[in-house]
Amino acid sequence: MTMTEFEASHVATREPILQARNLVKTFGRVVGLDGVSLDLYPGEVLAIIGDNGAGKSTLIKCLTGAEVPDTGELFVSGQQVHFKRPQDARVHGIETVYQNLAVSPALDVASNLFLGREERRAGLLGSVFRMLDTKGMRTKAKEELTRLGISTLQDVTVPVENLSGGQRQAVAVARAAAFGSKVVVLDEPTAALGVRESNQVLQLVRDLRDRGLPVILISHNMPHVFDVADRIHIQRLGKCAATITPQSHTMTDAVAIMTGAATA
Amino acid sequence: MTQQQTAGPPSAGQADLAEEFLDRQTPLSRIRNILHRYPAVSPALVLLIAVVVFSLLNERFLRVENLSLITQQVSVVGTLAIAQTLIILTAGIDLSVGAVMILSSMVMAQLAVNNGIPAPLALLAGLVVGLAAGALNGFLVTRFRLPPFIVTLGTLNIFIALTLLYSNGATVRGSAMPPLLTWTGTTFPVGPVRISTGVVMMLLLYIAVAFILGKTAWGRHVYAVGDDKEAARLAGIPVNRVLMSVYLAAGAVLAVGAWIQIGRTNAASPNGGVDLNLDSITAVVIGGTSLFGGRGSVWGTLLGALIVGVFRNGLSLAGLDVLYQTLAVGVLIIVAVSVDQWIRKVKS
Repeated sequence: MTMTEFEASHVATREPILQARNLVKTFGRVVGLDGVSLDLYPGEVLAIIGDNGAGKSTLIKCLTGAEVPDTGELFVSGQQVHFKRPQDARVHGIETVYQNLAVSPALDVASNLFLGREERRAGLLGSVFRMLDTKGMRTKAKEELTRLGISTLQDVTVPVENLSGGQRQAVAVARAAAFGSKVVVLDEPTAALGVRESNQVLQLVRDLRDRGLPVILISHNMPHVFDVADRIHIQRLGKCAATITPQSHTMTDAVAIMTGAATA
Repeated sequence: MTQQQTAGPPSAGQADLAEEFLDRQTPLSRIRNILHRYPAVSPALVLLIAVVVFSLLNERFLRVENLSLITQQVSVVGTLAIAQTLIILTAGIDLSVGAVMILSSMVMAQLAVNNGIPAPLALLAGLVVGLAAGALNGFLVTRFRLPPFIVTLGTLNIFIALTLLYSNGATVRGSAMPPLLTWTGTTFPVGPVRISTGVVMMLLLYIAVAFILGKTAWGRHVYAVGDDKEAARLAGIPVNRVLMSVYLAAGAVLAVGAWIQIGRTNAASPNGGVDLNLDSITAVVIGGTSLFGGRGSVWGTLLGALIVGVFRNGLSLAGLDVLYQTLAVGVLIIVAVSVDQWIRKVKS
């Protein structure tokens, strides 16, 4: 496929995988989201940036079922959906890595990867005794980590609490990537990481995109955002101030829009 | 290690001392790492030491009749401690276990004796009481988001009052009861030891709950909820449903405990079981289950229950006043929690 053909087909199938229309979410008298719309297209990294309290986290929580918007509509592949719980979003192939790392410290790596969707043994042991296929899940966890190129996690039987911040992040990202069939959402994936670990996570983001999985990335870190994002959604005071691309605007422009010093 | 020892020049005395001091830290932290990985090791050691010490203090301690007695003494607290473990694993605590058990046993006995209800139905009614009590606790914890400590402190008093109102404070004697209710008190010989049916039931419960906690998704979810509730929710675990099911399961276990209690004491008394609450918590804590949730196992709890039983039995055989038993149990709790805190400091 030549580049023009790819572009042509891309345009022809430019139906958003995930679409949000006029999302409103209030917490008492605080307006978290004030009519936000968003489109996520196949094979792109969409970054969401914004100052503290601009509504980034609320926005992705509404997209992933962790919060229910007061009003507004959500569409997955053109079909309207109503997410009441994180599971609902997951059923539609949307996987999320939350800022506070939704991993269970005392459980091991494999258990965390399969948390909430454990696999049972075949036959009576599984159906009658509900016995977990621990060995199978460990093998699969190892395979998945290798496939994602996460080399820092060799032993999937280690409790997550014994891992470094970067390794924990890798577990969380691996879980999302392993099960996310349509969208992977990452909330501040590099916030707690060192330079080398950050680069590994960013590479993971590129790999996911190259495999055709669109990624929504929430970050404070402008260089990281401009490094991996195809488009950048800028939140300001609960609204979408602009949607730009790294080509159309500079980091300074983005910050100016973010803080209200300029408009797109 | 050996290289250092052989290569160390004998003249460098001070440097050697310093090195030795640094080396001395490693075995301690190594022990800590082992204890962190296998939490049942420390209660097992305590039990072993206690058995050795008490058998030296009084030669009657190790006699088979006494060992058989200890297992029977442990059977009720050991069963309540299973329910307590389930709830503590979710980072909760249940102060009402003893009261629920007593209420359930009174319902079983009264229905069978005073109302002439067939024994199996009376047992079933006791089970329903246990489940209802668990449902009430679970409902208040999940729907009203009240701390389990407060909820069960309230229901503890409610269940005690209900028991006294229902029974008029009267004890139902075992001789009046149908044999099925006191069946848990019957014993059979295993080699030289006499084992009661109640002890076997307790052990079967331990095996079942250990399997469920360790080998099923539900068990893993119980740990995840106790470990980090929000993380569990975000991982897609229905937290409230898991909590509710834990309180219901605990209620069912307590009903079995009620049956074992009737057989053990050959009576159903509204006044028994005051110290059972604290003994069950003690067993769980000594067994290495963390009060902060998410860590521990029922096997540790069984060891903890045995430790409490051995201490109470051993101290009374040694001729000490019952007050000293309570004192010893108190010291045990504080030591166990301190050791738990120390172990949890492990970071790789």
